[in-house]
Amino acid sequence: MMPEAGTSEVPPLIDLKSVSRQFGRHPDFAARMAIALKLATPVPMLRAVDQVDLAVRKGEVLGLVGESGCGKSTLGRIAAGILPPSQGSVLWRGQDLAQLPRAARREARLRVQMIFQNPYASLNPRRSAGDIVGEAPRIHKLIAGDPAAFIDEQFRRAGLDPALKRRYPHQFSGGQRQRIGIARALAVRPDFIICDEAVAALDVSVQAQILNLFMDLRASLNLTYLFISHDLGVVQHISDRVAIMYLGRIVEEAPTDEIFARANHPYSQALLAEMPRIETTKRHFTAVKGEVPSPLAPPAGCHFHPRCPHAFARCRVEAPPLKTIAAGHKSACHLNDTAVV
Amino acid sequence: MSASGAVMAPVVKSSAILEVRDLRTHFVGETGSVKAVDGVSFSVKRGRVLGLVGESGSGKSVTGFSIIGLVDPPGRIVGGQVIFDGRDLTRVTREEMRGLRGRRIAMIFQDPMMTLNPVLRIDTQLIEAIRAHADVSQAQARAWARDALGMVGIPSPEERLHAYPHQFSGGMRQRVVIAIALLHKPDFIIADEPTTALDVTIQAQILAEVQKLVAESDTALIWITHDLAVVSRLADDIAVMYAGRIVEAGPVAEVLDRPLHPYTAGLIGSVPSRNRRGERLQQIPGMMPSMLHLPKGCAFRTRCARADAACAADVPLLPVGDREYRCFHPLIEVPVTEMPA
Amino acid sequence: MSAEDLSLLPASAILPIGEEAPFRQTARAYLRSSGAIFGLVLLASIVGLALLAPLVAPQNPYDLLQLDIMNSRLPPGSESTTGMIFWLGTDDQGRDMLSGIIYGLRISLSVGVSSALFATIVGTSAGLIAAYAGRRTETVIMRIVDLQLSFPAILVALMILAFLGKGIANVVLALVIVEWATYARAARATALVERRKEYIEAAEALAIPRWRIVFTHLLPNCLPPLIVIATVQVARAIALEATLSFLGLGVPVTEPSLGLLVANGYQYMLSGMTWISFYPGVALLVTVVAINLVGDRLRDVLNVRGRI
Repeated sequence: MMPEAGTSEVPPLIDLKSVSRQFGRHPDFAARMAIALKLATPVPMLRAVDQVDLAVRKGEVLGLVGESGCGKSTLGRIAAGILPPSQGSVLWRGQDLAQLPRAARREARLRVQMIFQNPYASLNPRRSAGDIVGEAPRIHKLIAGDPAAFIDEQFRRAGLDPALKRRYPHQFSGGQRQRIGIARALAVRPDFIICDEAVAALDVSVQAQILNLFMDLRASLNLTYLFISHDLGVVQHISDRVAIMYLGRIVEEAPTDEIFARANHPYSQALLAEMPRIETTKRHFTAVKGEVPSPLAPPAGCHFHPRCPHAFARCRVEAPPLKTIAAGHKSACHLNDTAVV
Repeated sequence: MSASGAVMAPVVKSSAILEVRDLRTHFVGETGSVKAVDGVSFSVKRGRVLGLVGESGSGKSVTGFSIIGLVDPPGRIVGGQVIFDGRDLTRVTREEMRGLRGRRIAMIFQDPMMTLNPVLRIDTQLIEAIRAHADVSQAQARAWARDALGMVGIPSPEERLHAYPHQFSGGMRQRVVIAIALLHKPDFIIADEPTTALDVTIQAQILAEVQKLVAESDTALIWITHDLAVVSRLADDIAVMYAGRIVEAGPVAEVLDRPLHPYTAGLIGSVPSRNRRGERLQQIPGMMPSMLHLPKGCAFRTRCARADAACAADVPLLPVGDREYRCFHPLIEVPVTEMPA
Repeated sequence: MSAEDLSLLPASAILPIGEEAPFRQTARAYLRSSGAIFGLVLLASIVGLALLAPLVAPQNPYDLLQLDIMNSRLPPGSESTTGMIFWLGTDDQGRDMLSGIIYGLRISLSVGVSSALFATIVGTSAGLIAAYAGRRTETVIMRIVDLQLSFPAILVALMILAFLGKGIANVVLALVIVEWATYARAARATALVERRKEYIEAAEALAIPRWRIVFTHLLPNCLPPLIVIATVQVARAIALEATLSFLGLGVPVTEPSLGLLVANGYQYMLSGMTWISFYPGVALLVTVVAINLVGDRLRDVLNVRGRI
């Protein structure tokens, strides 16, 4: 399914403009007194997402890759409308969600749905599967006709036997629970689905089934995906484009083939080198040095410079902007400036 | 040698440091009896790595726990032997087992906080582990602890000794756990998915350390995982488990290049990197049957395209060369070796 | 003794078949303890006794016409002038102790249960709102809770009753005011944990109205610890009411609860007429023990039960 040819008149489905998100509480009165009296240290703010620009066009699958602490889950939740950005705006079909009137905003909300990572925590343990799937369509009056038949249809579409709809979540396996979550999301007829590590907690054989389901649904329902994952193999398989995040920033963005063949950013290169593959020639593990820094105290300048084999003076001071280095290929690295084009 | 014999050829069986023979561990509950481990046999030699592979419910973790004697009621080892250094570990007293654990046998768990006490400092825990099995002074133990930390690649070990577990990152914590496991240079180590929850780059670092340490200290290692990519690069031999039984075993390159059992082939095929990009992944249909209601005969036959009426009979583990497989319709035609009595 | 540890087995390996609501599962697990069954039976008997008081008690102790001062302070087993046997003796008014205890159970239980019920409703609502609403609301509610809990329960109850006067309704009100804060804290704590779970986020993504999320998604999953607290609080309320009545600020003399009965008989303890205090005290003890047995097992089952 090829994404629509992007003319400048058709806005992307979701457009995140300069989105940032911090976590942390402004100290209340008592805490401020304590800090002023030097009895307590101020708790640092967590910069989960740092001025991210990301656009997803209709019909495409954008893979968002990064390791833990990079902010990809937070970004996903901002795109889904579950979490508001601290700064920046989220545009749905070109319109700023925050400016829309209540009814229109709710409409837009329903068009963007999310599939979660944890198959155990993402379903209400006290509701039956059928209730879980049918609740939102019922509340928003989206069911025309027999509600039971509607729920059966949703189950079938997600690969579940409708006879199971009276069972409770604890009676399903992990893969089946993910299917329930998918049925729940699809029941409100979304255009855009954000998969937040949706297959990470599943066994390999179940993962294959769910990924195939995603691909089938994409074709049959004309869906657009933001696929968040730390698993490069999965991302490579399912995505049209890939964006790589590190400590709250996007460091590289390119079509899948391009990024896997010609990764530009040193972090991307390191990540790709470690991509798990079944290799029957035994290879020694070599690894990029150092630990991922804590998001509470990210390094100044380019966040990756302490671990980067090519870091130089400028990297320590100035954060490199995300610049286009080839058609559709953006990278945030000072090395690109110094390279001879 | 009977069909349930060691992976290695019978002649060298005495050089195996650990030999598991027909191990059976059952969990008896209200709803029925679960044969979590149902007749598992393998052996591991010094300096070799065995990858024990399976998905959830396969019994691989319970096998590990059974070997090291950590199965509590309602689970019980109901049959078989675990031969270590001439002794059957299933029959030793708790005292003897405690003497062995931590000194000659060690286990590493997926969650480092299963080993580390969150309210004690690292040096306290290491020294306690040292002095449990060695009669040394406090100062000597401390030096030992410091060297152990350095050996697993923890920078500035002298300072890190004073820290608490929560002050380490996940990868560092797992390294501390590995350090504890290696303190007394055990004869073999069982590692139960220790890197599954870690980032890919950190996982690579830890696997590099483990590879180095195993080579240096000639320790036998059983690496329990569902990740075929890790096993392919780390292990010498592989045993694939399904529903409590080993369905295939042998040298890792051979098994992964030319799998005999349809389940092994299905697992390999499910991995995205083994499929063409953008196409449907090969998937194993259906899901693992509930252990309370396993089908008679081959547990995999409800999902196998090659299954027929013959598969309803008990399938023995058949040797071929230095491999074993449990299937009446293997993927590659094998010469029928003499059928065991 | 403890629940089975099946944690080594992944849930997917041992899926039970058939439809089973979480409630039914819990009930089955609950009944596996003989102590719990004993407690339940005992409690059921006590409650049954209290409910059927008019049918079961030999005499209506509130009916002044039935009392004869000639029957006062008779030891257990004595006969009245009309031939009725006083199984547990009589008090200083000539009231049959057994009847007094049965009717007193009624009062004690109804005060205990109603105060726990209302305190649960008030406290849980406050706690849930604190967990889900904005930071300012939360701060206000929780500071009131802190204030409430820093006063000793007796003191607060005494102050309220001194202000409002005696009477069952006032006692219940006082107990509710004393107890709600515990529920609020527990409810908020559980709600804070549940709120972060993905099924709540999913409900938000599905644009389900907030109030609906709080009451149909959050509340049912926060109930287990609250149920446990409620069972224990019933016992506590009964004991507290007994104390208040003993001190003279509780229920009126004409409709004595167990506590008041104990209080009435106190003055006769030293002169050998111990039965007037003793038997109501035993009844009180047995009731509280039964409730605690039931609540203990509930706590085990609801906390330790894994998702298997």
